[in-house]
Amino acid sequence: MPKLFVNNQEVEVKPDATLYDAAKVLGVEIPTLCYLEGKLPIGACRVCLVEVEGAKTLVASCSTPAVEGMRVHTNNKRVREARRMVVELILSEHEGNCQYCGRSEDCELKEIASHLGIEDIHYKGEKPAIQIDSSTPALVRDSGKCIKCRRCVTVCREVQGVGSLFPQNRGYKTMIGPAFAMDLDSVACVQCGQCAAICPVGAIQEKNDIDRVWEALEDKTKHVVVQTAPAIRAALGECFGYPPGTLVTGKMVTALRRIGFHSVFDTNFAADLTIIEEGTELLMRLKKALVEKQPVSLPMFTSCSPGWIKFAEYYYPEFLPNLSTCKSPQQMFGALAKTYYATQKGVKPEDMVVVSIMPCTAKKFEASRPEMNASGFQDVDYVLTTRELGFMIESAGIDFRSLEDGTMDSPLGISTGAADIFANTGGVMEAALRTVYEIVTGREFPGADLRLGPVEGLAGIKAASLVITGTVPEWSFLENVEVKVAVAHGLANAAQLLDQIKEGKAQYHFIEIMTCPGGCIGGGGQPRYTDDAVRLARINAIYKEDAGKKLRKSHANPQIKKLYDEYLKQPLGEKSHHLLHTHYHARPKT
Amino acid sequence: MDASSQKTKSLGAAQGTCCSCQPSEEEMLRSLDVVIDGFAKTEGALIPILQTAQNLFGYLPKSVLKHISLQLKIPYSEVTGVVTFYSFFSTVPRGKHVVRVCLGTACYVRGGGQVLDALRKRLAINVNQTTDDRMFTLEVARCFGACGLAPTMSIDDVVFKRVRPGKIAEIIDGFYSKGENVKEGVRHA
Repeated sequence: MPKLFVNNQEVEVKPDATLYDAAKVLGVEIPTLCYLEGKLPIGACRVCLVEVEGAKTLVASCSTPAVEGMRVHTNNKRVREARRMVVELILSEHEGNCQYCGRSEDCELKEIASHLGIEDIHYKGEKPAIQIDSSTPALVRDSGKCIKCRRCVTVCREVQGVGSLFPQNRGYKTMIGPAFAMDLDSVACVQCGQCAAICPVGAIQEKNDIDRVWEALEDKTKHVVVQTAPAIRAALGECFGYPPGTLVTGKMVTALRRIGFHSVFDTNFAADLTIIEEGTELLMRLKKALVEKQPVSLPMFTSCSPGWIKFAEYYYPEFLPNLSTCKSPQQMFGALAKTYYATQKGVKPEDMVVVSIMPCTAKKFEASRPEMNASGFQDVDYVLTTRELGFMIESAGIDFRSLEDGTMDSPLGISTGAADIFANTGGVMEAALRTVYEIVTGREFPGADLRLGPVEGLAGIKAASLVITGTVPEWSFLENVEVKVAVAHGLANAAQLLDQIKEGKAQYHFIEIMTCPGGCIGGGGQPRYTDDAVRLARINAIYKEDAGKKLRKSHANPQIKKLYDEYLKQPLGEKSHHLLHTHYHARPKT
Repeated sequence: MDASSQKTKSLGAAQGTCCSCQPSEEEMLRSLDVVIDGFAKTEGALIPILQTAQNLFGYLPKSVLKHISLQLKIPYSEVTGVVTFYSFFSTVPRGKHVVRVCLGTACYVRGGGQVLDALRKRLAINVNQTTDDRMFTLEVARCFGACGLAPTMSIDDVVFKRVRPGKIAEIIDGFYSKGENVKEGVRHA
C-alpha cells in the first residue's frame, strides 16, 4: 500500500492506484476528458496533467501509477498553465457551435475550459473538415465537435463488444468513426447510444425528435398518447437538479399532461403484458422439451432490449430462434394503443400518435423497424430519450420541481411493481419468476420480498437456480426440476455468456439480457453522467417504487386481466400472435 | 489516403503481368489464409498479415480487409484504422512501380518538395495517383531513416540518395527505355 503526498497531504492508496485515484481519495478532483471508470486509462486527452517532484515533465495522472513517497501537485502555476494550453489546443480544432449545441448545458469541455479560466484561444489555424453522420434513426455524429478522446471507442469495443468506432487516418486527419469514416448505418452498430452517453462534448448525440412531437401535439386532428419506460422515473429528476435515484413518477406525469399529451400512459402496462406472454412462452417451450420431447430452442432469451436484438442479428444469428418472440414492451404498447385503445376511444389508428419516452437510443431504431407495424401503421411514431424529455419540459417553461404529483391514465397506465423492475438488470428475470412460479405452483414466489438476490447487482454475468416442488397438476412435469437462469448486461458480457453456452460450458433455461450496463437505468438516453454509483442509486429507486406498489405481480394487474377478457382472449392466442410477437433475421456483420 | 483522388480503380490490372498467369482472387485469399493460420496464436499479428496481403494483392481491397477482420475477429473499424494510419498501406490499386518521395524534416529542408514537384511534372500525376499506363504510383513517405542522404526518394525497394530535381526525368525514362531492372539497394541520382 504505497503512501504518497498529494498537494502536501499524505494519502495511502491501493497498490494498483494511479495518481488520479490518489487525488480522488483526498477529494481532489482532477479534470479529464478521456477517463472512463473501470477501464484502462489511455491518456489521450492530456488534460489531467500533474506535477511530480523530481520528474522531468508533467505526467498524465490517469495513467501514472502511484509510487511510495511521491510528492504530487495537482494545482500549481505550471500545472494550470499546461492544462490551459492543452485545452486551448483542443478548442482550436473544436467546431463547437456552443450557442446551439445540444450539449451546451452539460458539455464537459466547456466546463473544464471555464474552470481553467480560458478567455481566448491563442492557437488559430486550419480546422479539420466536418462530417455529419445522421444516417441512423438513433444517433447523430458530428466530427467537427469530436475531440478524439476515444471514450466512445473504448465503450463500443470493451463494454458492448461491438467495435463500430475506431480512429481512422492519422494525426491531424484523424477521425473517430466506423471503418473508412463511413456512416453508422453501413456498419454493424447496434445503436445502443452508450457512445452518446459518455461523449464529453456534442460529437455524438441522439437524433432529436422533439419538434416532431410538438408538431403532433399542435395538430388538432391527432390524438397523442405518451408512454414512459420504467427507467425514466428514476432518472428524469437528474435533469432538474435532483440527486441520482430520486423518484419523480408523479411530477413526470403532471409535466407530460402540461405538455399537452391527451393520455399519459405507462410502458409498465405493456411490461406486465410482456411477462404474461413471455412467461407463457417459456412454459410452453419447457413443456415441449420435457413432455413432448420435441426439439425446441432453449435457453430462451428475453427480447425487450432492441440493442441486444440487433447484436444477436449481427453477431450471434445462431441464437435468434432462442429469442422470445415477444416484442418489447414499447412495441406491445404501440400495437395495442393503435388497436385496442383506439377502438375503445373511437379514434382511427391513423389519427393516433404514439410517443415513447425511453432511456434508450436504440428504441428510436426499434420503432422504425418494418416488423413494428402490427396496427397497419407504424405502431410507435416518435421516441424521445429521457434527456429529450428533460429539454422539452424546460423549453415549455414548466417548473418541474414545483409540480404536484399526478397519476397515470387508465387503462394503459395501470401497472404493477413487477413492471417497474424491468428498468434494471435482473429485474425482468425477477418479474417473470414472480408470475411463472405462481402459475406452476399456485404459491407466491418464495424469494425474500419477491426478489432473487443472486441476479441483482452490477456483476456482468449472474446466475441462479431453483428446484420447483409442489406443482399444480397441469405443470406437474416440472416437479423437482431445477430451473436454471442467468442474467447479463453490457453486450460484451452477453457475448461471453453466449460463448459459454455455445461451447457447452453452461446450461440454462431462461436468460435475461439487457444491452446497457446496469440495464435500462444506465441506457444511452439517460441523463449524463452515468457511473456505477449513479446506476446503483437508480436501481435502488426502482426497487423502492416496486416495494411501494400494492400490486407487485404482473398477473395481478386488473387491466391486464380485462385486456385478455375483452380483447386478446388468451396468452399466445391469435390476436397476441399478430400484435405482440415477431421474428428477427440475421444481418451481415460487415 | 483519399480514394477519390485515385486515377486507377480496377483490380489486378496494376500488376503488369499477363492475365492468364495471374492467380485468381480466391487463390490469393487461400494463400492469405495459410498465413493467417500461421499467426493463429500470435497477438498483434494484424500488421504482418496486412503486409502479406498487400504483397499478394498489390494493394488492400476492402473485400480482403473484411476477410481479415472476420478471420482475426478484430472489428473492421480497427483493421481499417490501422490501414489508414500507416502510409505504407494502400487501399487502391497501384502502378508497377511505386515512387515514394521522402518529406520528412531533413529531406524536406534539403529540397524534397522540389523533387516531388519534378516527379509530378514528369509523371503528370498528383500524390497518391497512378499514371494512365499503370507504370508508376506516386506517394509521399515520412522518413526512410536515411536523413544523412537527404533528399531521398525510393522506387520500389531502391532508395535514391541526394536526388536532384533535374535528374528525375532521366531516372523515370530509364524505366521506360531500358526496362530498368530494380534491385534492393541505394543509388546515386
